[in-house]
Parts: sequence; structure tokens; C-alpha cells
Amino acid sequence: MIGTLDSRVPSGPLAQKWQSHRDHSRLVSPNNRRKFEVIIVGSGLAGGSAAATLGELGYRVKCFCFQDSPRRAHSIAAQGGINAAKNYQNDGDSVYRLFYDTIKGGDFRSREANVYRLAEVSNLIIDQCVEQGVPFAREYGGLLANRSFGGAQVSRTFYARGQTGQQLLLGCYQALCRQIAAGTVQMFPQTEMLDLVIVDDHAKGIITRDLRTGKIDKYAADAVVLATGGYGNVFYLSTNARGCNVTATYRAYKKGALFANPCFTQIHPTCIPQSGDYQSKLTLMSESLRNDGRVWVPKRKEDCGKSPKEIPEATRDYYLERKYPSYGNLAPRDVSSRSAKEVCDEGRGVGPGGRGVYLDFAEAIKRLGENTIRERYGNLFEIYDKITGEDAYQTPMRIYPAVHYTMGGLWVDYNLMSNIPGLHVIGEANFSDHGANRLGASALMQGLADGYFVLPYTLPNYLAGQTGKRPSVDHPEFKKAESDVRAKIDRLLRVNGKRSLDSIHRELGTLLWDKCGMARNANGLREALGKIPELREEFWNNVRIPGNSADFNQSLERAGRVADFLDFAELMCLDALERDESCGGHFREEHQTPEGEAVRDDDKFASVFAWEFQGNGQIAAPKLHREPLHFETVHLTQRSYK
Amino acid sequence: MIVAITGIILILFVVGHLLGNLQIFLGPDWINSYSEHLRELGPLLWAIRIFLLATVIVHIYVTIRLAIANRRARPKSYIDKENVKATFASRHMVMSGLIVLAFIIYHLAHFTFRKTDPRFGLLKLDPLNRYDVYSMMVYGFQNYVVSGFYVFALFLLFLHLSHGSSSFFQSLGLNNKKLEPRLALGGRIFAWLLFIGYASIPVAILLGLIKPAQQL
Amino acid sequence: MNFKLQIWRQKDRQSKGKLVDYEARDISPDASLLEMLDIVNEGLLLKGETPIAFDSDCREGICGTCSLNVNGEAHGCDHPGAVCELYMRRFRDGQKIIIEPFRLRSFPIVKDLVVDRSALDRIVQAGGFVSARAGSAPEANSILIPKQDADLSMEAAACIGCGACAAACPNASAMLFTAAKVSHLSLLPQGNPERTSRVLKMVNAMDAEGFGNCTNTYECEAVCPAEISASFIAKLNREYIRANWHTSGAE
Repeated sequence: MIGTLDSRVPSGPLAQKWQSHRDHSRLVSPNNRRKFEVIIVGSGLAGGSAAATLGELGYRVKCFCFQDSPRRAHSIAAQGGINAAKNYQNDGDSVYRLFYDTIKGGDFRSREANVYRLAEVSNLIIDQCVEQGVPFAREYGGLLANRSFGGAQVSRTFYARGQTGQQLLLGCYQALCRQIAAGTVQMFPQTEMLDLVIVDDHAKGIITRDLRTGKIDKYAADAVVLATGGYGNVFYLSTNARGCNVTATYRAYKKGALFANPCFTQIHPTCIPQSGDYQSKLTLMSESLRNDGRVWVPKRKEDCGKSPKEIPEATRDYYLERKYPSYGNLAPRDVSSRSAKEVCDEGRGVGPGGRGVYLDFAEAIKRLGENTIRERYGNLFEIYDKITGEDAYQTPMRIYPAVHYTMGGLWVDYNLMSNIPGLHVIGEANFSDHGANRLGASALMQGLADGYFVLPYTLPNYLAGQTGKRPSVDHPEFKKAESDVRAKIDRLLRVNGKRSLDSIHRELGTLLWDKCGMARNANGLREALGKIPELREEFWNNVRIPGNSADFNQSLERAGRVADFLDFAELMCLDALERDESCGGHFREEHQTPEGEAVRDDDKFASVFAWEFQGNGQIAAPKLHREPLHFETVHLTQRSYK
Repeated sequence: MIVAITGIILILFVVGHLLGNLQIFLGPDWINSYSEHLRELGPLLWAIRIFLLATVIVHIYVTIRLAIANRRARPKSYIDKENVKATFASRHMVMSGLIVLAFIIYHLAHFTFRKTDPRFGLLKLDPLNRYDVYSMMVYGFQNYVVSGFYVFALFLLFLHLSHGSSSFFQSLGLNNKKLEPRLALGGRIFAWLLFIGYASIPVAILLGLIKPAQQL
Repeated sequence: MNFKLQIWRQKDRQSKGKLVDYEARDISPDASLLEMLDIVNEGLLLKGETPIAFDSDCREGICGTCSLNVNGEAHGCDHPGAVCELYMRRFRDGQKIIIEPFRLRSFPIVKDLVVDRSALDRIVQAGGFVSARAGSAPEANSILIPKQDADLSMEAAACIGCGACAAACPNASAMLFTAAKVSHLSLLPQGNPERTSRVLKMVNAMDAEGFGNCTNTYECEAVCPAEISASFIAKLNREYIRANWHTSGAE
């Protein structure tokens, strides 16, 4: 069904592509816009900004979210900041540099043209957010403040305390509220998309379930936009909110949308370790802690149970400083995450379950005084104290890596449209801009770029040819999709087995974390690919979902999501197995330098892996399509942090 | 806002009234001439009385309406409720206010219309031919029950004002983060001062520190 | 640790609810209260009973989804913090814990401990925004904002929209929520053009939603997970008086 993947990247010099594309895209005139209905699923930074902007332009927008209010989308939890190439600090930043850092940070696995456009519109985002009333941090003179983030050589990150995601999301939520009040956007909170409806090969609607009443509804539109975030919760434990899921994108995948690079997941090195099996989520601690904290574990396994104070200097292993003398404790996210896993695998981890390493501030406190440390990190020490009950001024923090972001997502072209005409995918839900690894403070930038400044130009290009093609919800395709959704729900409720949803999800998470987490190898991935179908079998035979479908049933809504994770996990492992190289967050143990650095294979794998659904299981393995990545401007290099 | 403004007026009255009453410690001449002056105002006194009465009515009417709306806003109350910061005084403004209202009615009947104590009719004019307010107050407060009720009502007034006298700043927007604790403390001190000032009169009379200027 | 729980169960909005006794056994002091409820729910599930419905999402205190009244306090005893940040080590072994939903007319109960807080969304829809069309914004540094104003605005903007202020208020008033949004925007030059109409519309919407009236008890700021100061309510009152003054002059 799908030939070669056409990325629809416009020709011409890199810096002029976006402008020329906008110049030649089709438009919809103001009085025709109200004739078009657009469905947007998700109300985070990407979905919220897209809904507000399209509503403002005059399209009739229906926006859906599973949360009880659009303001609660998971974008709200982003702490650090948002990048933009403003060069306010006069330190040599430029659109090109932001582009280059992003594409290099992504280990050369993203499209040049998309990334360049992202860097280009980054400045507009800051202007827009300031105008909306986002209270970014300021200097005493009243100018916007910046900080350097994630090892960047320039200060280009804008921030609002440690709550940048919250403030940006509230800015876009407020814009959305304005459109809701104006009647251009109709909001459907606590409504989950359960299927995509395709009519004559175009995405023309969705099937939803009202989570409060259990009512199944059909909605038709001229175009569908998915802005449903990432799939980090496939690992059960992650820094994602409990509700984050793959359902919307996975069900679109089952309807023919290609899923690109699902194995690209990002793991953040500084999270608070798991304290027990009951744990429901992991909490991120800002990476800035590594500026003053020293990472270590005991040299001897026998010392792991001891209090850190009883372990003398001589028997401590400051492994990052030992292995990476020049970067030391500031080694990049993936490198320091893997190193933590290594020492824990050797049995030298500390804390419950031996899954943690110390982040010690004793020396910094001695050197700078407790007050300075308190000023710099006081709020983080408080969070740590609240969660663990430990005072990190007295005893070292324990940290461990955790899944944080997923770079993979549905395949989209330069217009952010998937291979299914009419189906657009924006934000973390698509695969487009971060390659194999996302830079700090770039997720917020991408979500808002897509919603405020890209989709509003590219969506009309599609809509302009669609006048009068919106089907009625009585179309047989809608009826079929609805009955499929009902059948799936009934099937879930009928299992009536003996195991809880969480226990199965937890088992899946542990398996993926071990075999498809920070470090992967062919054998482990094959093992996981063998076990996932067994677990899926267990789920469909032995899970227990209480209650019924015509009700507010939290177990049922989560069951549907776990069922999709169980399917999706297989795709993720398959992608990880197929990508026989190391790049960014995808580290294949077979491909590393003697120092443990990732080794890419640009000849074979400088391409996007986009998977086409063929049916579950091994009988009909998904079909792989490759989109070769062409680098016309940047030169591919190997990184080193020695 | 209406509550705040009427509240301020009533607070001003309470302060003025206290200053007038405290003249009892200066002897019969002071307070008797003070009350004579008040009476000489004639129509103006009535205007002030009517104005105060109207203020009281508005203050009560609006607060009762608010209280009813507040009740409606929570049809089912918590089975278990702890108050972290809200003081007893702030949570029981309506109750303290209504008891103070009952007191005011009694107080007016007692000293202004002199309907409750038959002995007041027996009082002779003072040597300067003025009504002997001084002796009236002394006789009025020599009764333990009357004085007890006064002190009790004054305590409720204190509760009411310990919240009310700083609260109006907030309602009128005349507050900020730095001022807030100072205003709260100031309000409490103010309310205590009023309480001590007012309560000192019946207490002094009961202790025999102030004796009537004439015998019945 | 073991706990005796009394949890509000209510089938749906119309039904009459009641407190039901449960026991939680062998709970780690490092578990959060919500994780304890997860464990209780898992037990209920395996016994064939309906799990307790409660709201939560990010479980790190920023999304504002969680909303419980624990032992009489909105978000429980560990202020400031959302109930997802309440850990069992804050309780005594064997302690009785009463868990109720937020109770006020404007937050009808959906099921058990889940309430519908869409009233808060409607207050923001009434005017809690700056009408800034995408694409029309001036260069970000062209309007200078003193650091103090930006910082104060950020303090107000930190509201997570959980509704605990209204839930804890003896009068069920949503003044702190409304005040935070009005203050956040009125402290910034960008919010200035709509300053007058915003506060009037938002206060009207708040009243129309059936919230109670503020009597300055400051219970709201005591339970606020985002430490929003009640002095913003004074700011709201100021803005409201100013707006009434301005509109009466205009007419």
C-alpha cells in the first residue's frame, strides 16, 4: 500500500525552505474556514496551541483530552525551559547553531529541513508566549533572562522558575479558553479517542469514549490532528504522568499510519530511585544538580548496605570522574545513565533493591557552604526530602535513571501529515525533530512550534482540497469502527481473570527496562520479543477488569491503554533489534568503542525506520519502510566526552 | 465591600463611644456634660442615630445574605474538617455578630431608653441640672448579672473585631503580603484594647472603685 | 505500617454516599497516600469488589488532578503540597485516616472521591487570558518588565488549579483561584488592555458558578499546594473596585 516515503521536503537552500514552502502552500479563505471541522486529540502544548490557533483562524475545532481539564496535560510537568535562537546574550547563538546543536544532539537521525524550521520559528514562540503573559524569568533591567542548559555552549534557554512547562501550557490553555468562550473550539475533556476512522483513504473522524459516562461517540471532521504525547509509560515506571499512553497513536498505526523509530526513548540520569514495588511513578530531579554533586558507589559490593558515612573515601568509586576525566560528573545524559546501570549491574548499587547511586554534595557544601547550596538547589533538596524523607545536606542523595521522553512517534512528512492523508501528528506524538536523542529544553519548543507556527500553515494546504468531503457519522466506516471499539471493550470486561492490571503492566515494564532500556543487545531483544506475546496472552486470559462499560470506570480506561502497550512493546523491541547500530538514546551493546561510546553506522542506518502494521504477532510482522536521511548542510561527526 | 465599609463606620462608632464612656473615670462632671453636649445636638444626634441604625441594618442584611449564599455553596459539609489557618473568630463572625446585636438591643433598652431598670427613673438631676449619666452607669453595672452579660457580649465583640478590624483592609484591597501579618496582629491588639477599655468600666464599678454620685 | 481507613464511597452524582471502612496493611512508610490507595484497590479488585475511584495524574504535585480531603484537610497534612506528595511516614502506625472528596456545590461528585471541577475552567474562559493572536506578537524584549513584577506575577501564575482553596474555604469560595489568575495577568503590561473587563467577567463567572464569598479566613492559602498568597485576594479586590470605578466613569 505504501511505496517510498515522500518527506515532501521542499527544494532550495536549507534556510529558505520554510519560507518558500509557505509561499507556495495552498490557503483557505477566511469565509471558507468555518466550513471546515478539525479534530484535535490532546490538549498539551502541541494540541492546545494548535486548537487555539486554528480556532482563532476561523476553523471549527473539536479538541479532546482524557484529563478533566486541558490545563492538566502532561506538558505541565516540564521543568527546565524552552530554547530559542534569540541570541539575547550576545554569545554567538543563531538559528543555524540551534539547528546544528539539535541535529547533532539527535545523533544525526532527524530531518535537516524539519529541524531547521524548528530553530527558525523558536524565536516566534518566545514572542508569542511573552505576549500571552507567560511570566518568564527576567533580569533586573527588565529584559528576559536566559540560562545555559544541558551542556549547551550558549545561554539560549528561557525559563519560568522550575515550572516552564506549566507556564507555557497555561499560556496556551488560556488562549484555548478564549477560543472556547468564543465558540470556535469545542472542548471535550475526559474523552478518550479509541479509534481513527478512515473514509476513502483519508482520515475523517474518530471514535471516542466519554470516560465519565462510558458513552461511545462518533465524530467526523475534515482533518484529524493527533497531539497525544509520548509512550514512556510502556515501561510502567517513568517520569510521565500516570495517564500518558500510546493508545491514540497506536490505534492510528493499526489503521495504517506508520510508526517511526519507536525504539528511540530518552532516559534521564537524575531521578529519585524506586523505593518499592508499590511505586507508581518516578520523579525527575533537575540535571543541574550534577554541577555540584559528585556521583559515586562503593568500590566493594559488601559496603553497599552500609551507611554512606561509614564508607571511607578510599573505598568509594567516583566512576564518572574516573571514566570521563574531562567531563566527569557532567557527562551527557545517556553516558551517565548507562554508567549508573553498569555499576548497579555489578552489584554495587545502593538503596532499596540496589538500584541507585549516590549524588554527594558533601564536598560542595564544604567548599561553598550549606547556604550557597541551599540557594542553588533548595527546592530540589526539599522535593527529595519530601519523597524520601532524607536530608540531602547530611547524607548523599540517591539517584537512578528513568524513562523520560520518547523521540519516536508516528511518521510525518514536512507538513506534519502522516502517510494517511488528513491525519496530522504534532508534538511528542510524532517522530520528527529530535532524532535519536532530544536536547534539554527542546520538547517545549517543538510542541509549541508545531501548534502555533507550523500546523496553521500546513493544515490549510491539505484542507484546501477537501471542500465538501467530510463524511457523515452514519458512514459505514464509522459504524464499523464503533462496533470494533465496543467489541474490544466487551472483550476486556469478559476476561474476568485473576490478575490485576498493574501487575501485568509492571511485569511488562520490568522486561522492557531490562531488555530495551538504557542498553540493548540482540539476544535480550529477542528474549523480550519472545516474552511479550506470552504476557499479552496472560493479559487477555487472566486480567481482571471490574465494573461495566457504561460507567466511570478507571480500571477499564487503563486496561485499554495497557492492552495497547502490550502490542506496542513488541514493535519497540523489533525496531530496536532491527536498528543494528548505537545512536543517541538507542545503545546497542554490540556497537560501542572500547571506552563505551556509541558507534553509529551511517552507511546502513542513516534513515528513519517507519513500520507498517500487518497484524499482531509473528505471523504478520510489521513491514519496515525506510526513509533515507539526506544531510546536505551538516557533516556527520562522532561525539566524544573523554 | 459593603460589609467592609459599614464595618469601618461601626468600628469608628465603637471607638468614639468608648472614648466617651471612659470619661466616667474622670468623674461625674465630665461624663454628664459629655452626654448633655450630645443631647444638645438635637436633630443632628437623631441623624447620627438613624445613620448608625441604617449602617447596622445594611451590615447585617448583607452579611446574612452572604452567609446564606455560603451555606448554599456547600450543601453537604465535611464529616471531618480541620482548620489549618482559619481562626475561631473568623469562622464564627455571624454568630458573634448576632449575639452582639442582641446585646446592642438590650444595651439601648438599658441605657438609652432606660426600660429595663426601674431605679433609673428615681435618679435626680445632677447639681448642674443635667441628667446624671454617671450615677446611672454605676447603678446599672452594680448588678452582677448585667455586668456579666456585658463582659460576655464585649468578649464576643472582641472576637468579632479581632477578625473584622483587619479583615476590611483585605476586602478593600488595602493589603499585601508584607502587611498581612502586621494587620492581623494590629487588628487583634486593637480588639483587645477595645475589650479592656469597655470591660474596665463594669469591672471598676463592681470592684467599688467608682461609686454613684447620688443615693437613691 | 497499618492503617484504618474510612473512605467516602458514592456510586454516582445522584446517589447517596457513605464512609466505608477499609484496612491497609504492610504499607511502606515511603509509599505515598495515593500508592497506598493503589494497594487497597488491588486488594479490592482481587476480592471482586469495585476499586475506589480517585483522581491523580502526574503524581508530582504539578498537574493539579489529585483532590482529596485527608483527615479533614484538603491535600492532607503535609502543606504545602498536593495530596500526591503526601507520604505515609507522615502518619502514625495504626492511625485512622478519613478520606473524603472535595465538598462544594460547584464541584459535584462524579464517583467516590472524584469531583467535577470544570467550574474553574469556566472562570478562566470568562476572561482569564490575554487576547494575543498567534503571529502578531511584538519582539519579546521590546517591552521591559521589572524583575519584581515578573517574579510577583510568576508567584500568582504558579496556581495548579486543583481547587483546594475552594474546598478548604469555610465558605466554599474560589476567590484565591480567581485572584491568582487576575493578579498574574494584571501585573504584566501585556495583560493591561483587558484588565478592567477581565476582572469583572471573571468575578461574575465565579459568582455564577455558585461558589461562596470570601470572608478573609485565609484557610485557602494555608492549604494551597502552590503557596499562592491570600494577598492576591486583596489585589483582586483592588482590581475589582478599580474596574467598577472605571466602568461607572465610562458610562
